[in-house]
Amino acid sequence: MAEPAAPRAARLFAGLLLVGLALVPVLASLLGQPFWVTLFTRILIFSLAAMGLNLVLGFGAMVSFGHAMYIGIGAYAVGILSYHGIDSGFVQLAVALGVGALVALAVGAICLRTSGMAFIMITLAFAQMLFFLAVSLREYGGDDGMQLKARSQFGLLDLNNATLLYYVAYALLLAVLYGFWRLVHSRFGMVLRGCRSNERRMGSMGFPTLRYKLSAYVISALVCVLAGMLMANLTRFVAPSYMAWTVSGELIVMIVLGGLGTLIGPIAGATALLLVEEGLSSLKLGIPWLDTLVNQHWLALIGIFIVLVVLVLKQGIYGWLAARKA
Amino acid sequence: MNHLEVRGLVKRFGGLLATDHVDLDLARGELHAVIGPNGAGKTTLINQLSGEIIPDEGRIVFDGQDLTREPPHRRAMAGLGRSFQITSVFNDFTVLQNAALAVQAHAGHSFRFWRPAAVEAALTQPAMAALEQVGLTARAHTPVAALAHGERRQLEIAMVLATGAKCLLLDEPMAGMSPAESEAVVALLRRLKGEHTILLVEHDMDAVFALADRLTVLVYGRPIATGTPEQIRNQPEVREAYLGEAEHL
Repeated sequence: MAEPAAPRAARLFAGLLLVGLALVPVLASLLGQPFWVTLFTRILIFSLAAMGLNLVLGFGAMVSFGHAMYIGIGAYAVGILSYHGIDSGFVQLAVALGVGALVALAVGAICLRTSGMAFIMITLAFAQMLFFLAVSLREYGGDDGMQLKARSQFGLLDLNNATLLYYVAYALLLAVLYGFWRLVHSRFGMVLRGCRSNERRMGSMGFPTLRYKLSAYVISALVCVLAGMLMANLTRFVAPSYMAWTVSGELIVMIVLGGLGTLIGPIAGATALLLVEEGLSSLKLGIPWLDTLVNQHWLALIGIFIVLVVLVLKQGIYGWLAARKA
Repeated sequence: MNHLEVRGLVKRFGGLLATDHVDLDLARGELHAVIGPNGAGKTTLINQLSGEIIPDEGRIVFDGQDLTREPPHRRAMAGLGRSFQITSVFNDFTVLQNAALAVQAHAGHSFRFWRPAAVEAALTQPAMAALEQVGLTARAHTPVAALAHGERRQLEIAMVLATGAKCLLLDEPMAGMSPAESEAVVALLRRLKGEHTILLVEHDMDAVFALADRLTVLVYGRPIATGTPEQIRNQPEVREAYLGEAEHL
């Protein structure tokens, strides 16, 4: 009794998106646009983070408005350890995941006592606390953030190589995508999705729902921690702005744009949002007044773009394809 | 020892006494019906037995265990299963997935992240058995959203059975069913009675009097009579309060 597969159009879209992302560095070097690699590494990192958030938001109906906090933890783990001369990526990874898991356990255990609007607000409050904690860390650059002395050292993997960094991010994205695909169909995933649909019934059937929701929250946070580590390595820079509340908001927008509660949706949403952002802010059509107008007001235009997608497609770009009758 | 014992149960909502010193004894294998006019506190009683509402006073003892303050999932694990008056199923899932999830609740922990639940025979086989009992086998792979009202009510019962509960708390299982569907449920309950202890809240009086070993009549949260269908039928105060004679408006 497998669940019905997604319609062909959705599978085709997913395949093209993943293959397209795999080819970006090749195309960039063929067309002499090395900048694309950086742009798309950012897209992959945000896809990863959005996918992490989507586990609780889309599959568990837990609207966390504070997941940027975990991007921050990942980034600062790299930044602070590197500042103290610890460049080993393995150590950084262990510390980042360890701290991330502890924070997520504590924050999740408190936040999950609430639901709905209260949950949104309390997750935001925790993220803001961490944001201002980072701002107050004078030694590590405070408000301005700090430059990394070196990128994480993973043995033979040299993250200074932009193409290699890209493929590390891509491999991680695929690994998490496959892992989540297994997860959402497993017993654990059924419990999580059951809680999304009817938590009361889950309890009355005998599920202690809190522990499952908390586990999902921690897993989701750890994926964002990984995204944060990649982000620090991409920019060689960490700053409190990585965990600004607007970042948490952007992650939600990406998920809704791509398709809430679908596996590919967050990738589609992150790609679409960041590409439109890039396209509008650097538009050069050769019509000076139009270019200036668009370049200056691209944020407003993005707002229109989001409203249009949500109004017309309702379930987001991929969600719309997946919900169509085959 | 009774399978389920309720002693001096009291629940107040503000000034309203929703449950007023209720005592209830369910012998093992007994089908015990609770009847009463709308607003008598029947669902509130079930909510306290299933743990969604914690009573202000009194005790609930099931299988010798005091469950008065336990959360719903612990009571379900102890073998107390409930159905809902307003159908409460998982709309995103198929019929079989709904029943399999109920089985899963009692098939060890669910920290299993890799193997698809859909291919676990340990979940799907008991689920299919539960669906067969209510006559939903043919609809197993239908999304719940596509079911007719009566079928959703049948699934509601199948999910309680799929948990393997020893004691069933059924809140108006026949509400909104066609006569034919109700008849099927009556036949099902007749089969279940004996191996399961059943607390039945139901408005269909023909069904109640046909099935129940004993009845308790609840009026304004207070049990005014308990007895066999024969005894209840012949009690003047019950007739006055509930069964339609000399209704005070």
